[in-house]
Amino acid sequence: MSNILLSIDAGMIEWSRAQFALTAIYHWLFVPLTLGLAVVMGVMETCYYRTRKPFWKDAAKFWQKLFGINFAMGVATGIILEFEFGTNWSNYSWFVGDIFGAPLAIEGIVAFFMESTFVAVMFFGWKKVSAGFHLASTWLTGLGATISAWWILVANAWMQYPVGCEFNPETMRNEMVSFAEVALSPLAIDKFFHTVISAWIIGAVFTVAVSCWYLLKGREKKLAVESIRIGAIVGLVASVGAALTGHQSAYRVAQVQPMKLAAMEALYNGGTDQSLTGIALINPFVQPDYENDEEPPMRIAVPYALSILATNNPHGYVPGINDILNGYTRPDGTTELSAGEKIERGKLAISALASYRQMKREYGGGAMLKEQLKVLKENMPYFGYGYIHDKSELVPFVPINFYAFRVMVGVGCLLILFFMVVLFFVYKKDIVAAPKWLHWSAIAMLPLAYIASESGWLVAEFGRQPWTIQDMLPTWASVSNLHSSSVMITFFIFLVLFTTMLAVELNIMLKQIKKGPEYENMNESV
Amino acid sequence: MSYEMLQQYWWFLVSLLGALLVLLMFVQGANSLVGSLGGDAEGRRVVINSTGRKWEFTFTTLVTFGGAFFASFPLFYSTSFGGAYWLWMVILFSFVLQAVSYEFQNKLGNLLGARTFQFFLVLNGILGPVLLGGAVATFFEGSNFIVEKDNLTGMQPVISQWANASHGLDALLNPWVLVFGFAVFFLARILGILYVMNNVDDEDIRSRASMRLVGSTIAFLLLFVTYLVHLFLKDGYAVEPATGEIYIEPYKYLHNFLDMWYLLVLLLVGVVLVLYGIVRTIISKTYIDGIWPVGLGVLFTVLALLLSAGWNNTAYYPSTADLQSSLTIANSCSSEFTLRTMAYVSLIIPFVIAYIMVAWNKIDSKKLDKEEIKTDEAY
Repeated sequence: MSNILLSIDAGMIEWSRAQFALTAIYHWLFVPLTLGLAVVMGVMETCYYRTRKPFWKDAAKFWQKLFGINFAMGVATGIILEFEFGTNWSNYSWFVGDIFGAPLAIEGIVAFFMESTFVAVMFFGWKKVSAGFHLASTWLTGLGATISAWWILVANAWMQYPVGCEFNPETMRNEMVSFAEVALSPLAIDKFFHTVISAWIIGAVFTVAVSCWYLLKGREKKLAVESIRIGAIVGLVASVGAALTGHQSAYRVAQVQPMKLAAMEALYNGGTDQSLTGIALINPFVQPDYENDEEPPMRIAVPYALSILATNNPHGYVPGINDILNGYTRPDGTTELSAGEKIERGKLAISALASYRQMKREYGGGAMLKEQLKVLKENMPYFGYGYIHDKSELVPFVPINFYAFRVMVGVGCLLILFFMVVLFFVYKKDIVAAPKWLHWSAIAMLPLAYIASESGWLVAEFGRQPWTIQDMLPTWASVSNLHSSSVMITFFIFLVLFTTMLAVELNIMLKQIKKGPEYENMNESV
Repeated sequence: MSYEMLQQYWWFLVSLLGALLVLLMFVQGANSLVGSLGGDAEGRRVVINSTGRKWEFTFTTLVTFGGAFFASFPLFYSTSFGGAYWLWMVILFSFVLQAVSYEFQNKLGNLLGARTFQFFLVLNGILGPVLLGGAVATFFEGSNFIVEKDNLTGMQPVISQWANASHGLDALLNPWVLVFGFAVFFLARILGILYVMNNVDDEDIRSRASMRLVGSTIAFLLLFVTYLVHLFLKDGYAVEPATGEIYIEPYKYLHNFLDMWYLLVLLLVGVVLVLYGIVRTIISKTYIDGIWPVGLGVLFTVLALLLSAGWNNTAYYPSTADLQSSLTIANSCSSEFTLRTMAYVSLIIPFVIAYIMVAWNKIDSKKLDKEEIKTDEAY
């Protein structure tokens, strides 16, 4: 009976991956702006609360209006993401639901209700609640969104670095044994700060870009100058913060996901004193021939920098793709099994589990049962490898990781420079009279910042492949048993739906920006 | 609390969230009637702005309901969502459309036009309650799935399978699922009507709402009583607690209400409150607070029904394909550690409810009228 309907095709897995990626990419277009604008409008409303100058209220309301247009799409795409864990990754939902479900439930109870309660007060409560209550509501809306980010990033970090759990052969799933290890995983902490801070950058760039557009048009000068001032300060602090937390994140990846780091660096054969590739000409469409150490035609590298990034030591050892596949010995003498050995041990774990279940059904107990349990326990760290057919499946697609990482870091560095220049003009010159190229470059930075932000997620998620949960469960063992045609249809429905709604949102946003703020006192506008 | 107690506690919490979700579907109920309640374009906008200040709660409760189910009963999350794929996808599509429609509809440059977004709200107002109600009905009627955990050690390791190709849409072929789904739909309409009457300060809208209350009430009562009679007379899915074996028990749900008399009391009090709120609203021209007794009544009634689906050794998600695959709160729940940890987290819920009530009270301190929607703080 158990196998009568088992016909999972590879197409369905790819469509499920595509659908999740599509939803996540769209979701991440809206969420960072929500998180970032929450800070900007919170600061402005605080200025209003302290000074009671109507200008600050009008400015805060203007940014809140743009926040609202964007917020709805973040909510709409967010619900799909949560339910897709069940609809498209049902095996995953059972195998680790005992751990993974908790952060999602906490997110709902703690964060979503806070967000949804106070966002209504923020939008509709200006004339119904006191200024203090309204200010608190604005900040609590942002806080709710940020707490939401914490829990979803705890969940994501757990997929990258599963901790605080044990496999239970009776229930055939992993079960949580330490909530603290899951909720306060060092990877989750790094991820939270890096991700939220990078979202603040998006909010800051958006604010500066819209304001510079007003300056180019010669209108809303006061709003533009004050917004640029706040946006650029938030942006510069956040950009530097993103660089620091980015380094910490990369260090952590090197410790727990060395294959991801090797793919990000296109590092085929590692060693000590590793240099960091600045840029290299890698074919973006083809997996490189890493086995034969196929060097790209051009590679510019910074000596020792990769060793520093990965180990905080210029002479540190960094394994490459081949080292990880073939096994390696670290300078301290410790060894890492080869992929082949891990696959064998994974198969041993799965086979011991099958035997254990069968014996328990047939005999109920006995010494043989204990023996199988012992084998299972010894090999459990490699359980997921038992589903791997060939070691090449363990290598993520190098070009995407390589280029996405460089886009993220490159634009991140550019943003630090950009915000410094903007602040220079704000404080030492006149940002209104600044050269037009600066205003135009602010507008150009907006799509670049979004591309960088999405690139960060591409690295995080493509670099984890083929795993849904690192070393524990590959994608093809995580899916639901659906027909590929069903998932393909829903993929295209989502594509059309999200794209149409994005077009609507952008058009509304542009019209709203064109319309500009509404002033209680028109003298405030200049 | 023992592991068994924790399982019961979490079934209570999930049932409470489910009951709250049905209550909060007043948003969908009012939206499904937006044309007839609003009358003209201005009136429609008032109705939409009235529900527009609350839609996030329904949405958030749906998400939290899903999250709580995931955390506490992951095998249900895995089996139902992964199996009844199309049923859940249609529900999700309708909620996505709803989420953007409020914000976009009256904004300059919305490309699709205000009427399109209002249509989306009506669509969600119909599909949301009918399909979510239908999904709840499968707790009693069963679904066509097989769970085989040992698949995990095979070449195709997926443990939950849907036993037909329609992936959830087959539920809509069961007339009893439709009866329950439409009962929830008309209940949502009753709630929506009563909410609008309470929240909107406009005599025309209140008068139109009052007229539509009678029709929705008759339809709801017919469907609900029919389903309740069917439920009490039908065979149910029982579980033998010592062995975990599932078996068919005649009159199982009737037995459940008789065994758990407090649920029967809850159900009866709920129904009486619902009837009281509706009848008083119909009789009195000045009474506009019907949403409160009816809302509380709905909460009690749905809570009693959902609790009866899982408590008293009942399989809450029965399988019509393989009886022994049916899900019970014991065989589908999270580990004791997770349930206990999440139980601590659940202590925050009263605090959440408290701040929601404070915020709602502030926002609703002045009833919504046509003047307010002319300001820039309206959808």
